[in-house]
Amino acid sequence: MIKITRKAEASFKKALVAQVAAIVAALAAAGLIMAIIGYNPLEVYSQIIAGALGSAYRVRASFNKIIPLVILSLGVAVAFKMTFWNIGAEGQMAMGGFGAAYVALHYGHLSPWILLPAMMAAGVFCGAVWALIPALLKTKFNTSETLVTLMMNYIALKWITYLQYGPWKEGGFPKIPTFTANAVLPSVLGIHSGWIIALALTAGVHILLTKAKLGYEIAVIGESPTTARYSGIAVTRVIVIAMALSGALCGMAGMIQSSAVEKTLSEGFTAGLGFTAVITTWLARLSAPGIVLTSFIFGMLLQGGSFLEISLRISADMAKMLQAIIIFFVLGSEFFLNYRVRFGAGDKGAAAAAAVSAAAEPTAPAAAGGKEAR
Amino acid sequence: MVGQIQASLGAGGETSAGENGNAYKEDAYNGNAYNGNAYVEMSGICKHFGDVRANYQVRLSVRQGEIHAILGENGSGNSTLMNMLTGIYSPDAGEIRLAGRPVSFTAPKDAIDQGIGMVHQHFKLVEVFTAKENIIAGSKTGFWLRGKALSKEIRETCAKFGLDIDPDKKIYELSVGEKQRVEIVKMLFRGARVLILDEPTAVLTPQETRQLFDILRKMRAQNCAIVIITHKLHEVMEISDRVTIMRRGEYIDTVETAKTDSRALTEMMVGRPVDLNIRRQPAHTSERPVLEIKDLTAIGSHGQRVLDNMSFSVYGGEILGVAGIAGSGQKEICEIIAGLSKAAGGSARFLGDEILGLSPIEILRRGVSMSFVPEDRLGMGLVAGMDIVANVMLRSYQKKKGAFIDQNFGRQKAEEIVSRYDVSTPSVRHVLKKLSGGNIQKVLLGREVDLAPALLITAYPVRGLDIGASYHVYNVLSQQKEAGVAVLFIGEDLDVLLQLCDRLMVMHGGRVMDIVDPAKVTKEEVGLLMLGHKPEPGTAAGPERELATAAVGGDRGNREASEKNSEEGAGRD
Repeated sequence: MIKITRKAEASFKKALVAQVAAIVAALAAAGLIMAIIGYNPLEVYSQIIAGALGSAYRVRASFNKIIPLVILSLGVAVAFKMTFWNIGAEGQMAMGGFGAAYVALHYGHLSPWILLPAMMAAGVFCGAVWALIPALLKTKFNTSETLVTLMMNYIALKWITYLQYGPWKEGGFPKIPTFTANAVLPSVLGIHSGWIIALALTAGVHILLTKAKLGYEIAVIGESPTTARYSGIAVTRVIVIAMALSGALCGMAGMIQSSAVEKTLSEGFTAGLGFTAVITTWLARLSAPGIVLTSFIFGMLLQGGSFLEISLRISADMAKMLQAIIIFFVLGSEFFLNYRVRFGAGDKGAAAAAAVSAAAEPTAPAAAGGKEAR
Repeated sequence: MVGQIQASLGAGGETSAGENGNAYKEDAYNGNAYNGNAYVEMSGICKHFGDVRANYQVRLSVRQGEIHAILGENGSGNSTLMNMLTGIYSPDAGEIRLAGRPVSFTAPKDAIDQGIGMVHQHFKLVEVFTAKENIIAGSKTGFWLRGKALSKEIRETCAKFGLDIDPDKKIYELSVGEKQRVEIVKMLFRGARVLILDEPTAVLTPQETRQLFDILRKMRAQNCAIVIITHKLHEVMEISDRVTIMRRGEYIDTVETAKTDSRALTEMMVGRPVDLNIRRQPAHTSERPVLEIKDLTAIGSHGQRVLDNMSFSVYGGEILGVAGIAGSGQKEICEIIAGLSKAAGGSARFLGDEILGLSPIEILRRGVSMSFVPEDRLGMGLVAGMDIVANVMLRSYQKKKGAFIDQNFGRQKAEEIVSRYDVSTPSVRHVLKKLSGGNIQKVLLGREVDLAPALLITAYPVRGLDIGASYHVYNVLSQQKEAGVAVLFIGEDLDVLLQLCDRLMVMHGGRVMDIVDPAKVTKEEVGLLMLGHKPEPGTAAGPERELATAAVGGDRGNREASEKNSEEGAGRD
């Protein structure tokens, strides 16, 4: 029989150890699955690393994923800090790409000094608008932001598809024209200059969340909207601003991806990065510097995973499976941080009763969804 | 309400003879063998939570047919001890013996199977279920609910102990006292021979408390062992046979109540002598009211009138107390004054200016300060997951210019509050929810007082606080009053309200029943007002009135004196 009892709150160090252990365990578990379907896990892992870092080209390809992941995660972090479950980063990124592409396609002849900032402004604006819709629905009608942001992803993605197959197609082909050279972000140190933007935004979001009044207000709302209201914070206003900011960051990621990497807009240019960003943000515990770290890991994992298709002829979905397993293990490790599980003989019902007593504990921080019940 | 009191008093008188209710499980240890000896014996109990030593070498022995009080300040480890006795936690070391036999519980169910039941401070009842459904939920009753038979069994259990409940009523229809009785019946029905009650009187009116004590005495007569956790000394003196005192997780002593007094108990509990007198300085009130409420009406979420034409004034330099059963409109009045919710009608003037319709921040800037301590203590006014500095800054950070938080300023303020109010914390960077309840409240009140308000609204500021901390809070409020601040104090403990306040407003069902002079009114009279009974001299007392008066031993002379002190809102009923 399994018995579950609550533990005292774990220290930061213990939490870190648990997280690392969880990732190692996840790699082992995924390795087991690989072995079962007939691949040598060590070979798969070494190929993933080779795929991510093996050549200058592959490193660049990794950065093509890491850079948008960092910026998207920053956007997600701003919303999550407010316990506003924005899982619409994918759609906000798509809309950001749309805004940038609109400017690039219509004013491609302008000097890059004007064109690129204009593309950024358009991308940021469209991303922000896309995030504002669920924010306003939430503040006016108390809709579930999780559902609305999720659904709006699909609207945005289909909008891009429509453009590609409809109004924006080039000649007879369902392909949006390539941007002019003026509309492409230049490279710095061999990597597209998005990395500079990503680092600057990381610093900015870090300062916002730790030092600025707005970040403080966002955190207070995230912890307790009643307290926020009571202490005179204009809750609706802050929610709207924070979500606009969240969407703007995701929009920026879309602009960078379309301008520097794709050099056009295409369906699927977001490549699920907006969803991966939810994972990287959560694993980084909403810390901006942490996001850089988790984005590196997941960016390389994605790139290495796509390399598997060529080198071992395994589907790139293997990397996605690995992602999912890592998430499971890390979330699971939080449970083990908070509860002690003992195996031993016991009468039936004891475990159920223990679970009830654990649930009755008001401060029990549940893993991911715990904060959602506000 | 009084009708229920009547019923229960009647039932209590008649049914104490009905000893052999078959719903009640007679267990094997029901002999007299343990009378005089310990029925529950805990010894050498230790429990650690991480680095925190919650219990160290604690012992406790409770006899059958005894009401045993556990007295200890907040954080003294008494709840931890009880949680181990009821199987919620397992002790790290030590032994629990029941009727001389060692037992070990790993789940609450183990404990209840052995006849140990607990009534928690916050009831664990399903609101939309009937009392009966709540009572049988989770117990072994087979597949069928056996509606009528069960109702009968429950009624019999109730009758045995003089508990008055209607098993077929839904929980949300019940008063607080009735809900508590359902909890007690639930435990008895599952065969509890040892009943633990955690702060049972915290939410009861004086009349309900009296009823509860009658029930406990009946249970004692039936050889149950009763443990009551409390820090209301006069209740310890009134109801208990023996007291176990705990301090900082350690066992101090077990004494016979008859051989001790409040002063000695307090000293053992706190570890030093504590002055239990509240010095009420005469009020030097301002001429103009600081806050003037007129005909204030508010509509609740179900369309009911949560505030019904309330009118009252608070003057500078006085403490206006507010007494009332929980949910009589106390929360609503606070929220409206602070600008958190809207009124349906009436006016609220602060220093002559209308404040209804202003935003919370505007109201705050004008000098209205509120420390509202809700039931969960952290839900409003504080941010549990943030440190003390962040919480202290919550009300003042907006005054500073610029886009950034002035961390140094916040830190300074936090350190000031920590030292002035003696908050025990490792550092001002400690996360608030890791502090004890008393310390959390000190931070809240300290922050609000620090704003130097003209009107300080405080609701339940000593909820869950230990004696030392409570008196500290009372002193702070008195000092504020002496400094000319208008204090609106919404409280629970009638003894304190009567001692501390200059005037006492009694609310019932969103109305002002009366505003009385605490020096000239008895607790029982206030209790009646809280229940919605307005004494009307000259009217022939109906049977209900008579009974209620008899029940509480009301004093007519005092009531008439209080009548003269009534103010606006007095004429309505």
